[in-house]
Amino acid sequence: MKKGLVTACAVAALAALATSSFGAGISDGVVKIGVLTDMSGVYSTLGGKGTQVGVEMAVKDFGGKVLGKPIVVIGADHQNKADIASAKAREWFDNEKVDMITGLLNSGCALAVQKVAGEKKRITMNTGAASTDLTNSACTPYSVHYVYDTYALGKVTAEAVVPNGGNTWFFLTADYAFGHSLEANTTKFVTKLGGKVLGSVRHPLATSDFSSYLLQAQASGAKIIGLANAGGDTTNAIKQAREFGIDKKGQKLVGLLIFDTDIKSLGLKVAQGMQFTSGFYWDRDKASRDFSKRFYAIHKAMPTMDQAGAYSATMNYLKAIKAAGTDDPDAVMAKLKSMDVSDFFAVHGKIRADGRMVHDMYLMEVKKPAESKGEWDLLKIVKTVPANQAFMPLAESTCSQVKK
Amino acid sequence: MEITFQTVMSQVMLGLNNGVFYAILSLGLAVIFGLLNIVNFAHGALYMLGAYVALLGYTTLGPLIGMPDFHLNYWAALLVAPMVVGALGMAIERTMLRRLYKFDHLYGLLLTFGLALIIQGVFTNFFNVSGDPYDAKPEILNGAVSLGFMMFPKYRLWVIVISLAVCFGTWFVIERTKLGSYLRAGTENPELVKAFGVNVPLMITLTYGYGVGLAAFAGVLAAPIYSVSPVMGAEMIITVFAVVVIGGMGSIMGAIVTGLLLGVVEGFTKVVYAPASSTVIFLIMVVVLLVKPAGLFGRES
Repeated sequence: MKKGLVTACAVAALAALATSSFGAGISDGVVKIGVLTDMSGVYSTLGGKGTQVGVEMAVKDFGGKVLGKPIVVIGADHQNKADIASAKAREWFDNEKVDMITGLLNSGCALAVQKVAGEKKRITMNTGAASTDLTNSACTPYSVHYVYDTYALGKVTAEAVVPNGGNTWFFLTADYAFGHSLEANTTKFVTKLGGKVLGSVRHPLATSDFSSYLLQAQASGAKIIGLANAGGDTTNAIKQAREFGIDKKGQKLVGLLIFDTDIKSLGLKVAQGMQFTSGFYWDRDKASRDFSKRFYAIHKAMPTMDQAGAYSATMNYLKAIKAAGTDDPDAVMAKLKSMDVSDFFAVHGKIRADGRMVHDMYLMEVKKPAESKGEWDLLKIVKTVPANQAFMPLAESTCSQVKK
Repeated sequence: MEITFQTVMSQVMLGLNNGVFYAILSLGLAVIFGLLNIVNFAHGALYMLGAYVALLGYTTLGPLIGMPDFHLNYWAALLVAPMVVGALGMAIERTMLRRLYKFDHLYGLLLTFGLALIIQGVFTNFFNVSGDPYDAKPEILNGAVSLGFMMFPKYRLWVIVISLAVCFGTWFVIERTKLGSYLRAGTENPELVKAFGVNVPLMITLTYGYGVGLAAFAGVLAAPIYSVSPVMGAEMIITVFAVVVIGGMGSIMGAIVTGLLLGVVEGFTKVVYAPASSTVIFLIMVVVLLVKPAGLFGRES
């Protein structure tokens, strides 16, 4: 009996050695995952506590332990301020033994935290922010961008809109890293598809009255008013466009980043027929429905792509630790980049050298009120865009991790 | 965007539309500051509460009291929300603010700021921060009317008209009636007014209730235009305070006129250079404070 145990230990140790040349085991006796995101501001409904719920569910489903050591989840609010976000990340890495940070809504905060994590050689798995800078100029050996980005949003939506007659655009753009990135990426595809951008106006984050901007967009004569913003800004713009009857005069509003929670905020009557791009929808197939119903039981809302992505990212991070036999960031990143990601969230998922997790993306359409059979029956998937077509080709990435 | 007569007039109308919200909110602040000497930082949260009273009255109240078909309609909400929030305000004044009158302004500011954070935090916990739709806009206010130079939504026109009426009505009561003279005398010399047999503490409680009632009224007016969200007040309150400072703390007419003017200025900034639209009011505040520290309509004390 005793001999058997010793042999088992030896085998386990050998196995660990074989899979990893970076040193085995869990550093400081715990795997700690930090959820750093907007917990109280404009984006807190689409991320916030729900993101932490996703991470906690993943840890519980994984068994609460990895390689015999406990997994701990902590959360904090970065208040959409990049300085608070980076200070918190520094504190977590230096004093709290945090191994991986996820969530990270708001591109400004995400870029700041990713930089700190790179310096400290810790992993970030970004589920919230959208800027493509995260996998280009700002990429690090330890950064993963998990759910979506401004390239995929711009490409899938432009390819759905421009060939169908929407060939002149005017942008209403949120005036910070995310909005700029989304406008630039979408512009690229609109022009490439033969369309024209007639102008744009940059509004401050969290603007309540869009009427003035909408009139400018109207005066431009563009067929499409592209909303390069998110959350409350997008819903206010759409609502007020209806109020001024802009859609009745042949101009169409296209939201470039829309979450389920935004559709709830608008109501189907106002939002019906709108098309946009998403990385996840709870009602896609049985696996996604099963997860989402469990999530709903805890959080009392269906998961957004950020929240579902946080579950998937955490789960795959823990799997990578188990497979690598250590939580050493280099070893875990090597595993993450070599495995296939396939679960209720990601279809055909793969983490590339630049940290981009490519997976199938979806062109969504908002249902008509008559089509909806329940409170969360909001959308239908019009088109599935394969992983290798939705995202920026690796060859185009300017990330230093990509060998050319 | 080129500047034509049409665009100028359109922006004036839209600016007025935002301006009436600034006016009605800063009016409430000015009344409260003028008569209670309290810098009411909870004003934004109470504006948000007003919108939620309207929203929940329309969607949730009926099922809650066992009458699923009951919806508090828009017109009723315009009366009920200010009364509910006003009553809450009076309770706050009676139980908390009252203890602070003898101290520095700073204590009242801290208390009301703390209250605002608590109210907003609780609502953020339970409601969609992106906002919830308020669908009770009356049929008669749907659609747009032609003003010659633009199509203007009827609802926004109504907001401008009713807000101006409420603002100038308030000004008239405080500055031109006997009741108003009691109020003003009560703040100048409460002991003397008490000696004339006027119940000054009650008057102060009612004044605070009226001030926050105005905020709730603005909240109901805003509900059909903007999304009803827990942060709608926080976004507004800082700008409104800038308006009060520019107009002169405690000046009733100053608050109204400055609110309207700054709405229009902000509207123009959105056309000329949009990224500056959220800062232009603060720039003006800096200049006014440098040149005329008591504000445009304030009296040097």
